[in-house]
Amino acid sequence: MSRKILLEHDDVPGIETFDVYRKHGGYRSVEKALKTMSPQNVVEEVQKSGLRGRGGAGFPTGMKWSFLAKPEGVPRYLLCNADESEPGTFKDRYLMEKIPHRLIEGMIVSSYALGANTSYIYIRGEYMWILDILEKAIAEAYANGFLGKNILGSGFDLDLRVAPGGGAYICGEETALIESLEGKRGNPRLKPPFPAVKGLWGCPTVVNNVESIAAVVPIVNDGGDEYAKIGLGKSTGTKLISASGNLVRPGVYEIEMGITVEEFIYGDQYCRGIANNKKLKACIPGGSSVPILPAHLVTKTAEGTDRLMTYESLAEGGFASGSMLGSGGFIVFDEDQCIVRNTWTFARFYAHESCGQCSPCREGTGWMEKVLNRLEHGQGTLEDIDLLAEINKKIEGNTICPLGDAAAWPVAAAIRHFREEFEWHVTHPEESQKRNYGLVLPKSTLV
Amino acid sequence: MSLKIIHQERQEFSAERMAEVQALIAQYPEGKHKSALMRILHMAEEDFGGWLSVETMNYVAEILNIQAIEVYEVATFYTMFNLEPTGKYVFEVCRTGPCMLVGSDNIIAYLEEKLEVKMGGTTADGMFTLKTAECLGACGYGPMLQCGKQYHEHLTKDRIDEIIASYRSGVVPKEIAR
Ligand SMILES: Cc1cc2nc3c(=O)[nH]c(=O)nc-3n(C[C@H](O)[C@H](O)[C@H](O)COP(=O)(O)O)c2cc1C
Ligand code: FES
Repeated sequence: MSRKILLEHDDVPGIETFDVYRKHGGYRSVEKALKTMSPQNVVEEVQKSGLRGRGGAGFPTGMKWSFLAKPEGVPRYLLCNADESEPGTFKDRYLMEKIPHRLIEGMIVSSYALGANTSYIYIRGEYMWILDILEKAIAEAYANGFLGKNILGSGFDLDLRVAPGGGAYICGEETALIESLEGKRGNPRLKPPFPAVKGLWGCPTVVNNVESIAAVVPIVNDGGDEYAKIGLGKSTGTKLISASGNLVRPGVYEIEMGITVEEFIYGDQYCRGIANNKKLKACIPGGSSVPILPAHLVTKTAEGTDRLMTYESLAEGGFASGSMLGSGGFIVFDEDQCIVRNTWTFARFYAHESCGQCSPCREGTGWMEKVLNRLEHGQGTLEDIDLLAEINKKIEGNTICPLGDAAAWPVAAAIRHFREEFEWHVTHPEESQKRNYGLVLPKSTLV
Repeated sequence: MSLKIIHQERQEFSAERMAEVQALIAQYPEGKHKSALMRILHMAEEDFGGWLSVETMNYVAEILNIQAIEVYEVATFYTMFNLEPTGKYVFEVCRTGPCMLVGSDNIIAYLEEKLEVKMGGTTADGMFTLKTAECLGACGYGPMLQCGKQYHEHLTKDRIDEIIASYRSGVVPKEIAR
């Protein structure tokens, strides 16, 4: 069942304004937390909820919060990661555009829980108009006493600011985000020390994704135990899925975790199947960094059981036959799409976005792009395919941050499942150019 | 990107804009004002013709009381900052996987044909600069392009004709609400 918790009331006209949002139950969690709960109580509810970080890694939010160092006299910071740059992901944007106050409400309650008196939302520079939307909403929250000094007479002070990036995927990585927020190049830091100990300006810092922070609102309102009843097993709650590619109805959906992948792709409430009556060829279920799955492993696992929209089920089979929920960027390929071309665009993306700090990533992503470019354009050799696997192994695990892994995994998975297609590009150089894979404009986009 | 040394006569923020800049700097704790750098660079681009000259970067360094190199470091790292003059409108067309799957290659080809300029170039009349971009967070609404603060989504050839005509007449085309 489609279940709206984070996106509740997203269809109400004017929900982006304070008054309408408030009329629909907005800011209740702030009243509840500040008036009836201690900061530690809020942390406990988040722990009970089983909420896992929605930025991609799925790390339990409550546990992350409990790691925050609290040295006497040193400020702590909460940073909201609204960098959203993983190809296939556009859910945070939807939430911020439609219901900016949901994020602000979540930031207030989360900052209270962590003892942060200044918090920042770091948003990708391309989303500049959303920065305007957020700042307008923040001004409303100040005017209504939900931000600033002594919020609701509780003695809790909070200043909330928005800071833009400048077009760099790497700034979604939490330590690069911190560097960027300090006004520097987005080069990830070596860990340890972790941000929980030394983050922004050397102070203890928590970085959380937009969706994770928004989820704190229903957790506080209904209690962590109630929230944990939603979803399946360790995949508690709802998840925003960004659906793109060759679907009848791409877009952002809030799902209860546990529905089948089959229902999500073909169900009437969701994507309504593959566009133009074509067949499903493949799917990347969690953003460009996670392994691609061929059609027979999308709706079923290798064991033949139904594949579900949960962290566990999407990962079932490991890298051999599974993938990951990641950021929830669900990219669907129809039968006419070229896997080689898609893999090349991703390699180009990572080569473009490598910060250049570590040689294996800087050089390796560039080589992968070059080799895939050759293969895609019918100038590759069979050795090139093995060369890709070689480069891959040299990047994986040899870099400061996981961007190198994120670049290497999709290439490895594409070759694992679609090796024949790569070979076909080598053995049929001319045909592979004429077949125009990926150059077909689906009818659905011809408005 | 390496630093391009392109000069321009020094320009300064208006008094009103300067007040905005100072308010921004005041948001950060004592001694941490460098955090305002990126936002100020975006403002400088907006006010000074859509790109950052060496003079502009030096000016921003003065405002923040930091070394000019600290500004160059940042301006060359982040791809949104233009270090050379552009056309009046810059079209950044997304070409990453999800957009490619729904035809961004066709859109790129059509734009190049229609504006008679290749990606990376500027039209002879200085109106449009074409660029490719990596995923802009509109994957479900592709093919798409960004122009300033505006995203243009669900692109078709007809829609591109409309958008270009609109910009030519000085009107930012409206997007259909979702
Ligand atoms: C290269 C790279 C890019 C990332 N991009 C994002 C991003 O755009 N948004 C995000 O929330 N997390 C991103 N992350 C994950 C963050 O480092 C961090 O784990 C996350 O913001 C934590 O929030 P969460 O626990 O609420 O998920 C990225 C990580 C890496 C390595
Ligand atoms: S792939 Fe084009 S906006 Fe994401």
